[in-house]
Amino acid sequence: MSQIAFLGAVELGLVFSFVALGVYLAFRILDFPDLTVDGSFPLGAAVAAVLIIAGWNPWLATAVAMAAGAAAGLVTATLNVKFRILNLLASILTMIALFSVNLRVMGKPNVALINQDTMLSPFFGHGLSEFYVRPLFVGVLVVIAVFLVWRFLASDLGLAMRATGANPRMARAQGVKTSLHIYLGMALSNALVALGGSLFAQTNGFADVTSGVGTIVVGLAAVIIGETLFHSRLIIWALIGCVIGSVLYRIAIQLALSSDILGLKASDLNLVTAVLVAGALILPRLRRGRASA
Amino acid sequence: MIELSNLSVVFGRGTPLEKQALSGLDLAIETGSFVTVIGSNGAGKSTMLGVLAGDVIPTSGRVSIGGRDVTRITTAERAKYVARVFQDPLTGSCGALTIQENLALAAARGSRRGFGLAIGGNRRDEFRSRVAELKLGLENRMDDRMDLLSGGQRQALSLVMATLAGSEVLLLDEHTAALDPGMAEFVMELTQSLVEKHKLTTLMVTHSMRQALDYGTRTVMLHGGKVILDVVGDNRKNLTIEDLIEMFRKARGGQTLDDDALLVS
Repeated sequence: MSQIAFLGAVELGLVFSFVALGVYLAFRILDFPDLTVDGSFPLGAAVAAVLIIAGWNPWLATAVAMAAGAAAGLVTATLNVKFRILNLLASILTMIALFSVNLRVMGKPNVALINQDTMLSPFFGHGLSEFYVRPLFVGVLVVIAVFLVWRFLASDLGLAMRATGANPRMARAQGVKTSLHIYLGMALSNALVALGGSLFAQTNGFADVTSGVGTIVVGLAAVIIGETLFHSRLIIWALIGCVIGSVLYRIAIQLALSSDILGLKASDLNLVTAVLVAGALILPRLRRGRASA
Repeated sequence: MIELSNLSVVFGRGTPLEKQALSGLDLAIETGSFVTVIGSNGAGKSTMLGVLAGDVIPTSGRVSIGGRDVTRITTAERAKYVARVFQDPLTGSCGALTIQENLALAAARGSRRGFGLAIGGNRRDEFRSRVAELKLGLENRMDDRMDLLSGGQRQALSLVMATLAGSEVLLLDEHTAALDPGMAEFVMELTQSLVEKHKLTTLMVTHSMRQALDYGTRTVMLHGGKVILDVVGDNRKNLTIEDLIEMFRKARGGQTLDDDALLVS
């Protein structure tokens, strides 16, 4: 694997660590199997791309993209909390609805961001190659996001959200309004995913309506790889695990696809993903089996 | 003052499984009293507790706590007046959180939860000293997850959690039933001392006649969703377990109790 391919994999991994953080919030903290992310990722990309092309400040465009993601999360939460639709089904409904919404937002299936001012533009041309600037820039944002999410989960409010997912009956008895926390958590989760989508569009130079397919699997893969690597039950390690898991996942994919021995093609990507995720799920089980034997 | 007036609860209305759990129950509990509640299975004990806690919305009637009508107020909003310990230790505390985090969650019951750190400097010391009072050695395991503890330890901590924030009533739902006899006694003694120390108005549902008479200041027996016995003061002091069982029999139309042994224990 060339250095450029390696840096590209790291960059993509960092972009998708926002997805991993969002998936972690929904699946692990709230215990809400949320597939909305397959729609909110391209939604973030679409909103940011369209606004940037319309001449908006890219930071403001990204903020609006995050708000759009939060709104998508709220739709899923409303279907589940208010109308009692099964959580998984509620998220699938929002996900397929978002496919149409994303097409409307962009007006066509694909929008190019070539020669537009993005969040990264001011950092280019200062002597450092773009291949370094991109992962560095996204990496700084990831560090900020990890800190903020950790700080939130350590607060009284965050603790109440964790209790909502882990033991809702106890949470209510302690005065926690559990439905409010499902709304809040789903909004936060999908805002993070949309931020990932917005950065994806800005680092890759395009937004595509199909770019969301399989986002949930990639996010889950990162979360699971992180959990396999860090056994700690501390929240901060789980969050760092999401980021490292996401980057390692991309490097593993890049390695598998670029090694001549395996003879894999780009079209084998989904198969490789499935094998990697299955491996990450099976590995800890094998280790436990050996320990108890 | 807690008042349940003319409370009725019907589950599954209009279905073949329709069940009248409470039928016109009246009960007034003055502030500071410790009421023990007994009754056979299906007498309405748990339903009554559920109505007080907010888990069950009554079909008719009124619930008031400290003069406020709370009949239609949700469990979460009512939690500022109501502290609670469940029968199952796994329900009353959160296994995925540490001891410290469980306490922090309980300490914020009834107040607005914001972005402040849940485990701050002052709180940490306060929690430690409260847990040390249990003399179970748990003060050295504040960062251990709750699911590493035994049922008894969790129940003891649940009691501490129930007293961290102020409340107008403490609800105990057979909170020693899932424990071994030694631990059950420990938790009962702890209950007694906490109730006295914090002067809590308490409602304790129990299956044990002995507990019902040994602890508390007043005993209430439910049957068929109504109060059929209510004893306080000297009347209660002179009451024996045998008397209670006799009353139980009468209430059930002379039927013998197949769970006598359990009730006497």
